[in-house]
Amino acid sequence: MLELATFSLLNGVVYGLLLFMLSSGLTLIFSMMGVLNFAHASFFMLGAYFSYQAGRWIGFWPALVITPLACGIVGALVERYGLRKVHPQGHVAEILFTFGLSYVIGELVIMAWGRGPIENRVPASIDFPIFTLMGTSYPFYKAMMMAISAGMFAFLWLAFKRTRVGLVIQAALTHPQMVGALGHDVPRLFVLVFAIGSALAGLAGVIGGFALLTEPNMAVALGPIVFVVVVVGGLGSIPGAFIASMLIGIVQTFAVALDYALLDLFKAMGVSVAANSALRELYAIKIAQAAPILPYFLLVLVLIVRPRGIMGTRDQ
Amino acid sequence: MSRAARGLALSAVLLAALPWVPGLDGNFARSLLSQMGIAAIFAISYNLLLGQTGLLSFGHAVYFGLGGYAAIHLLRAVNGGVPIPVPLVPIAGALAGLAAGIVFGAVATRRAGTIFALITLGVGELVHAASLMLPGLFGGEEGITASRTKAPHLLGLDLGSQVQVYYVIASWLLVTALVALAFMRTPVGRMCNAVRDNPERAEFIGYNPRRVRFLACSVAAMLAGLAGGLHAINYEIVTSDAVGATRSGEVLLMVYIGGVHHFIGAILGAVAITWLQVSLSNYTTAWLLYLGLFFMAIILYAPGGLAAIVVKHLAIVRNRAMGSVLRAYALALPAAMMMVAGAATLVEIAYRLSTQPEAGTRMKLFWIPMNAATAWPWLGAAGIATIGFLLLRRAAPRVRAAWDTALHG
Amino acid sequence: MRRNAQLSSLFLAAALYTGAACADFKIAYIDPLSGGAASAGVSAQKHVIFYADKINAAGGLNGEKIEVLSYDNKVSPQESLIVLKKALDEGARIVFQGNGSAVAHAITDAVLKHNERNPGKEVLYFNYAAIDPALTNEKCHFWHFRFDADVDMKMGALTDTIARDPRIKKVYLINQDYSFGKAVSAAARSMLAAKRPDIQIVGDELHPLQKVQDFSPYVAKIKASGADTVITGNWSNDMLLLFKAGKDAGLKVNYFTYYGGGLGSVPAIGKDGIGALKQVTEYHNNVLPQVDPDEAAFHKRFTDKADEFYYWRLKNTFAMLAAAAAKAKSNDPVRLARALEGLKLDTVLGPMEMRADNHQLLQPLFVSTLSDKVKNGLEGTSLGFATDRKIDAKDTALPTTCKMQRPS
Repeated sequence: MLELATFSLLNGVVYGLLLFMLSSGLTLIFSMMGVLNFAHASFFMLGAYFSYQAGRWIGFWPALVITPLACGIVGALVERYGLRKVHPQGHVAEILFTFGLSYVIGELVIMAWGRGPIENRVPASIDFPIFTLMGTSYPFYKAMMMAISAGMFAFLWLAFKRTRVGLVIQAALTHPQMVGALGHDVPRLFVLVFAIGSALAGLAGVIGGFALLTEPNMAVALGPIVFVVVVVGGLGSIPGAFIASMLIGIVQTFAVALDYALLDLFKAMGVSVAANSALRELYAIKIAQAAPILPYFLLVLVLIVRPRGIMGTRDQ
Repeated sequence: MSRAARGLALSAVLLAALPWVPGLDGNFARSLLSQMGIAAIFAISYNLLLGQTGLLSFGHAVYFGLGGYAAIHLLRAVNGGVPIPVPLVPIAGALAGLAAGIVFGAVATRRAGTIFALITLGVGELVHAASLMLPGLFGGEEGITASRTKAPHLLGLDLGSQVQVYYVIASWLLVTALVALAFMRTPVGRMCNAVRDNPERAEFIGYNPRRVRFLACSVAAMLAGLAGGLHAINYEIVTSDAVGATRSGEVLLMVYIGGVHHFIGAILGAVAITWLQVSLSNYTTAWLLYLGLFFMAIILYAPGGLAAIVVKHLAIVRNRAMGSVLRAYALALPAAMMMVAGAATLVEIAYRLSTQPEAGTRMKLFWIPMNAATAWPWLGAAGIATIGFLLLRRAAPRVRAAWDTALHG
Repeated sequence: MRRNAQLSSLFLAAALYTGAACADFKIAYIDPLSGGAASAGVSAQKHVIFYADKINAAGGLNGEKIEVLSYDNKVSPQESLIVLKKALDEGARIVFQGNGSAVAHAITDAVLKHNERNPGKEVLYFNYAAIDPALTNEKCHFWHFRFDADVDMKMGALTDTIARDPRIKKVYLINQDYSFGKAVSAAARSMLAAKRPDIQIVGDELHPLQKVQDFSPYVAKIKASGADTVITGNWSNDMLLLFKAGKDAGLKVNYFTYYGGGLGSVPAIGKDGIGALKQVTEYHNNVLPQVDPDEAAFHKRFTDKADEFYYWRLKNTFAMLAAAAAKAKSNDPVRLARALEGLKLDTVLGPMEMRADNHQLLQPLFVSTLSDKVKNGLEGTSLGFATDRKIDAKDTALPTTCKMQRPS
């Protein structure tokens, strides 16, 4: 029991940190530009594929540096030649643009690397157990993932709260004319933000690519959960995203370990449910079975009760 | 006869004649027409949200699917002896859609904009997951089946042939169009537009935007449920993809590509996308890429969608200025075709190599045989695409100028 | 409204292709050719074309050439019904489909309805991979024939192997939460209880289908349960991710799988699966002492390393079709179906038979383990499967609840 609890906690933290890596770029883009980027998970996927390809050509460590750069450049191009044109049409058009972009990136990935999962293995240089606890080994790359995720958090926190550029960008969101009048090139700042957000997704993709499975559907599979993190944390709040990631990671992991259903609760309370009751099916679902939908449940709940999320400052 | 009545009569005649047009009188074409009809009802319902009320939903399939499930359960009961004529079964779908719309709408419409979109996304994922977890109600992955022929026959129709099903769908399409048009003309419908354009102002003059959004959402959900009910009759099966995110995304693409600002846009989009889905996927495996690019091009260059393009050209024709516009097109069209053909060739070669390597590197595109292993098809296609792009950039201002003079004299 | 109608009719009339009828024997291949599941669909498509061409080269079916019409169903039941209508319009006489039991349920139902409503225009359904037992039991009908062993037959083979291994004491079941996964779990429970009542089932997990990104929490549970063996029907990503999470945590168990050797798995699982990954199939490429001539010809024609000769059952399917056509001396679907019932053939792997009572093909099954000491590797690796046990066709048969209704 102790063993299960320990590893559930550890797995939960790792999963939470992976979610944070994925969602930090999205939170950044949203908080700075007000754009809800549906294609964010697609940049994550691009990162996984780029790092796989670059890793084969030049090795893992250079790929770790080059991949985020490449994703950042793609992001900059998308902002400059796509999003900027859509911006005057309002947020709905922006969301739709990124929605379309996610289709296109998914298909381009298929065009370049085929439909099946690719052999994106953990590079040999980081594929060893870092420690073994109660007979279960713990791989080094997961520890590295935790370190990178924590690093991202620190970078974002410092860069946007403590540097001049960060403050200017934040000001540009609410008062673009004023910032422009003060001599800052607002559109260029937006390009920069979108590029950094995409680069963060790309960096997450390098690690996430071999921690999960690199295949053309990974963006579709991960997209919705990233939104959950961003919303539950509070749209645009980096610390909020961090807390929400950890919360979802740990809750979901622990839920898997719980083989209890409402039916067991009723039994404990002495309530009996007729075998032919229409709701019996619902009561018989184990928490473990329901684990993957808990985040969406949380999403809807938060949006109803506290739409600004855990740490958010704005409603919309 | 009033204009509206004339329009209705003409639409009815056209819808009735459609399955007898040569080329459309096959079984498959009629089934495609039926599918388009269902998609059109679904799209009209979605446009009440997106176009009329400005609400972007990522979970509209929830109402469609729940309506479908309600109808298929009723159809099973009909198979078991409940005496209800099958063409009326979709009403059960509409009621289920309405009920779901009231429940989920009460939650979701407390907010507009991004938050509304996210709530619908969450609700969509929840319902989809629940539909797989409760196989008793939803039939699990294989869904629920029923038979539309084992039922009392209304007016001697047994619904065994596709054309009879088509007429049921076409009749309901007319009803839907009437309901949606009527709704848009009611004060509530007008307030939807006001809430879309300026919620604060709507509130100042005494309307609660939340109530208006809620009403729009309920009506849209009801029509979506009707579409789901017809889907159940047409396919005689409802599965969990009926409530899934893919279907929600599809209807969004349909309505936006068709054009959100015109009533006709939703129908246009439904027809075009359904056709693309069914036929384009037979010609190329890259069809999703083309669809995505097409969608992005619409957002970037024609935010009014297909309907706006049609309306613009009708205005040009009315101004008797089509000649000058056509001259501009004569310059732009070859350039655009070059660009598209070049780019499509690149895409097709790349797809062939990455997804069908077994088919070999020799292929035939646009009637030209080529070998993808050599450099020249790539270079040639890239060159043609680039030249087309550059020419199009030169021609585009002329087209724009021609439009301006044609429309504004 | 009005504009719409005019426009759409123009649109359609211009665009729809209404093919002219010709004398070929048309078969419709309906499976995913785009999207996430396309790799399996495309692979089987190659097998179908390969064997159709082979029959054509030998003179066709009673002189008629087989023409394969391919349709992409995107593994959606609804999409399948749309393309099925199209296939019927174009004159298909046999429908081939395999990916997804949900799709199979939709198609088998639609084929039955079509044949009831259109006497004289019957179509047969050849199911080469959807293995929900219901299809040849409560949902069986005269027009459906299954050429893959169903869940229960395969579980019979797996549990026979488990029963003979005294080291196996604790078994963990982990499956996808839908009809197929539940069928696997139920079959494992009842058969283990009958064959080895001393084996403890320490877990019976159902997880959402193709939605889990990280199986570490499940692996932690398996580990905590002390299981030495895992039985899973997981396919595609759910299989690969489960194995990957197990490897990361250092989980040392045997995996008894249905699709552990599915396309793309062996390169992804790699050498960590040696000795641990077991599967049950009707064929793997080390079954025969030398390479089958069809396999050699297949590889000569399809040269990518991902092009594995995986679907032996399609070889059996076409052998059965050719034999039935010869026996019936006709290509009429009704006569073909009658000729198929009870048809027996000898193959290099042993005799096979199409059961008349439920239209389930009985063919030999093999339980095998991933090994690096094999003659033939899979998908460009040096790893392949080595046979542990062969089960003869007659021993795979199980009782059926099917009440076959034949046309009079």
